[in-house]
Formats: sequence, structure tokens, C-alpha cells
Amino acid sequence: MKEEKKATFKVKAGLAQMLKGGVIMDVVTPEQAKIAENAGACAVMALERVPSDIRKDGGVARMSDPKMIKGIMKAVTIPVMAKVRIGHFVEAQILEALGVDYIDESEVLTPADYDAHIDKTKFNVPFVCGCRNLGEALRRIYEGAAMIRTKGEAGTGNIVEAVKHIKTVNEEIEILKKLDAKKVEMAANEFRVPDSLLRETKKLGRLPVVNFAAGGIATPADAALCMQLGVDGVFVGSGIFKSKNPEKRAKAIVEAVTNYNDAKKLAEVSEDLGEAMAGIEMAEIDIKLSERGV
Amino acid sequence: MIGVLALQGAFAEHVKILDKLGYPHKEVRTKRDLVGVDGLIIPGGESTTIGKLLEWEDLADEIKKRAGKDLAIWGICAGLILIAKEVDSDYSLKLLDVNVKRNAYGRQLHSFTSSLSSKKFNNLEGVFIRAPKIISTGKDVEVLTEYKKEPVLVRQGNILGSTFHPELTEDTRVHEYFYELASS
Repeated sequence: MKEEKKATFKVKAGLAQMLKGGVIMDVVTPEQAKIAENAGACAVMALERVPSDIRKDGGVARMSDPKMIKGIMKAVTIPVMAKVRIGHFVEAQILEALGVDYIDESEVLTPADYDAHIDKTKFNVPFVCGCRNLGEALRRIYEGAAMIRTKGEAGTGNIVEAVKHIKTVNEEIEILKKLDAKKVEMAANEFRVPDSLLRETKKLGRLPVVNFAAGGIATPADAALCMQLGVDGVFVGSGIFKSKNPEKRAKAIVEAVTNYNDAKKLAEVSEDLGEAMAGIEMAEIDIKLSERGV
Repeated sequence: MIGVLALQGAFAEHVKILDKLGYPHKEVRTKRDLVGVDGLIIPGGESTTIGKLLEWEDLADEIKKRAGKDLAIWGICAGLILIAKEVDSDYSLKLLDVNVKRNAYGRQLHSFTSSLSSKKFNNLEGVFIRAPKIISTGKDVEVLTEYKKEPVLVRQGNILGSTFHPELTEDTRVHEYFYELASS
């Protein structure tokens, strides 16, 4: 009998597969984590400030206090994720030591390295990373990410950038499907990844790992829009706890992701949710977080 | 007809395998979807999420009414938690006479793969993701596969439960076995 193997890519990507069709919610306290779990979240993202506050407060945004993360891990039984700065492999070592279930190497925090992302193959804990296009997605997977999310524009409550990034990935995969072997090799050079990764993507007709949407989802309709565009699930950051009635909105977004193709059901769950978070027009923002970590 | 409960979790992985095997199947999200289904796969995912959705979408009662009679059930990981008679969770349909402990191996860092010994299935690959453990089984429950002398695949009548994920491998034998259970 073969012995037990931990932290293989199959096991790392496997957890992401279990999260599919679900909603991962940003929470800043154990109480919020409980609310998220009760509303049907399939995982929570533990962080100190939600993206809209990071945007408002400015300054350097870093990994959260381990004490807060541990409190959230204790409060819920669903998987707990936490964010590290792009390239900050020591923050990642700390989160791995805490035993979080997934690490998000995130552009929402202030990057720690101009050039390099974390070598995620060196870790036992799985990573999720953001992307705006196929090249970014495949570079992150090549670095060891076991799950991808399109970046969108975090903290804006504006879905437009999420839609753009989902569609860009989809369109680039459609183009890839029509390329011959020589052109696939050229694309691999351009993307700076091995051509085996492009060949696999071409064969599958989709990213080789689970792909969620993130950045700007504020309503059940936003979540269902991303699902209809073909993502496997959604992250909701500021959209829940910056709204008037977080419990009700969180549950409505969970139901919208399950029933994303059922307009009648979507109408039902969208009713009477109270005010959504205040959104920001793209022209009004000073820093585009999605341009970090390419 | 095999139904795959598609509320949350790894349901697409099962659909892919059923496609490959050429078995008639459909995704189940509502009570109406259950009509004509002989066997229901409750996939891995988050048990609290799927459990809540089963209530919200008004599916729980219908499944309870038919399970073990004209509806075969296979619960995988979270799905097993949802059908266990005894479990440390608020959400269970209580269909399979086993006592299950959630996340019993630990958090994600303790997820693992291993080959499994079995009278029924020779050399099965076990993928365990934040897996539960079957602590004890009732007298009518047959243990089909073990890992380190603990049951990981069990059957009671036409109800099947596994703590590991055959849908994450290329091996289709457990799906074929469940299809037989649902068809007989």
C-alpha cells in the first residue's frame, strides 16, 4: 500500500473544488465570521479591514494580526482564508504556521516585492491569486497557485472591472483554443510559462484550476452575473458588511450563486435587502489595486 | 436517472464522470428536479452551506421521504455528514446509521491522498480533503473500504457514504457501483 501524501497539488486544488458554487466572504471579527457561516458562506477571508476601508484609510495594508485570525478560526467550522502581501513569503510562512486553510496572495494589500510573487510550490498550504487576464492567471498557477480569482476592483462595489477580467480570461482561452502548436509555443513565451500549461488549458477549454470572481460584487445580481459569465464561485469583500443588512444580503448572495440561472428566484432573493454598500465610479478612484502584481 | 445535488460544492466533477460513463443524469436544485431521479449524489462541499440550502430550497423533506426507498443516496464527505444519523452538526437528514465526526483529520494542512485497501475495490485512490471520520457504524451498515482500519466507504441498503472523493480521480468504479445500487 502506498503511504499517505500531504500537500500535493491534487489536495491543494481539491479544497478549491469543494468551494465551487459558493460564496467566500470577507470578515474582520469572529462575530462577522459567525454571521457569514450562518448565511451559508462556504469559507471566510479573515482580514483587518475590508477593501473599501483600506481604500479610504490609505497607508500600507499588511497581513492581519494572528490573534484576530486565530479568533476567526476558532469561531467557525468552514475553511478560513487570510491575505498576505504580494511577494511577502514570510507573512505566508506565518499564516501557514497558524494553520489557515488557504492563503490569498492579494493585490488588495500593499505589495512587498516589485518583481516577484511568492514561490507557492514551497508551501504546504494552498494559495489563491488574482488575475486580470490569461497570462496573469497562468503565471500564478505556474508559481504554484491552486486556485485563481479574477481581480475586479476591490472595495468599489462596482462590478465593471470584474466583468472585464472574467471576459478577458474567457476570450483569451477562446483564442488559445484556435492556435496551432507553434503559436501555442509563442504564446507560452509571451506569457513566460511552460507550453505544457497552455496545452492543458487549451485541452480543457478553461483554466486548469478553480476560478472565482472577486472585486466589486455588491448584490445578488452581481454574483449571478459573474456565475453566468462562467466563474466557479464568488468572493464578496466589502459588499456584505458595508451594507445595511449584512445577514440578509449575505444569504441572498449565497442563494443567488446557487440559483444563478433562475431569474424568478433571483428576483425573490433580491427583494427588500436594504441599502447596498455605496459604490465608486472607476473614474473617481486614485489607486487601481488590480494593476498590482502582473 | 442519477441526480447530482447542485446547491454548492464539487457537483460538476460528478457530472463529468457520469458523462464519461454514459449514465443518464441531471443536476438537482429544486424539488421539481428530483422527479424521475432514482439515485442522488450529495457531493463534497461545505456541509453547513449545503445543509442550509437544502432547507431554504425546500429539498430536505422530499429527500427524507424517498431516501432508502425509491431513491438511492450517495453522500461524499460533506454529503456523508448531511446523511449521517449522528454527527456534530446541526444539519443532517439522518439517513445512514453511522456516527460521523467532522474535520476529524484536522484542517487543510492535514488533507491527504492514500491508496485504500478494500475487499470490494482493489487499490482505490483515496483523496481526503478536510475529511470527516466514521466513528462507529450501526448493525445494518456494511463497511466496503477502510483506511487504517477505520471505515471510509460504507453501505446500508441503497444508501452509500464515503469520507473520500472518488470524483477527484480517474477511477469510476464507485460511480459504477452506485449506479447499480440506484438501478436495482
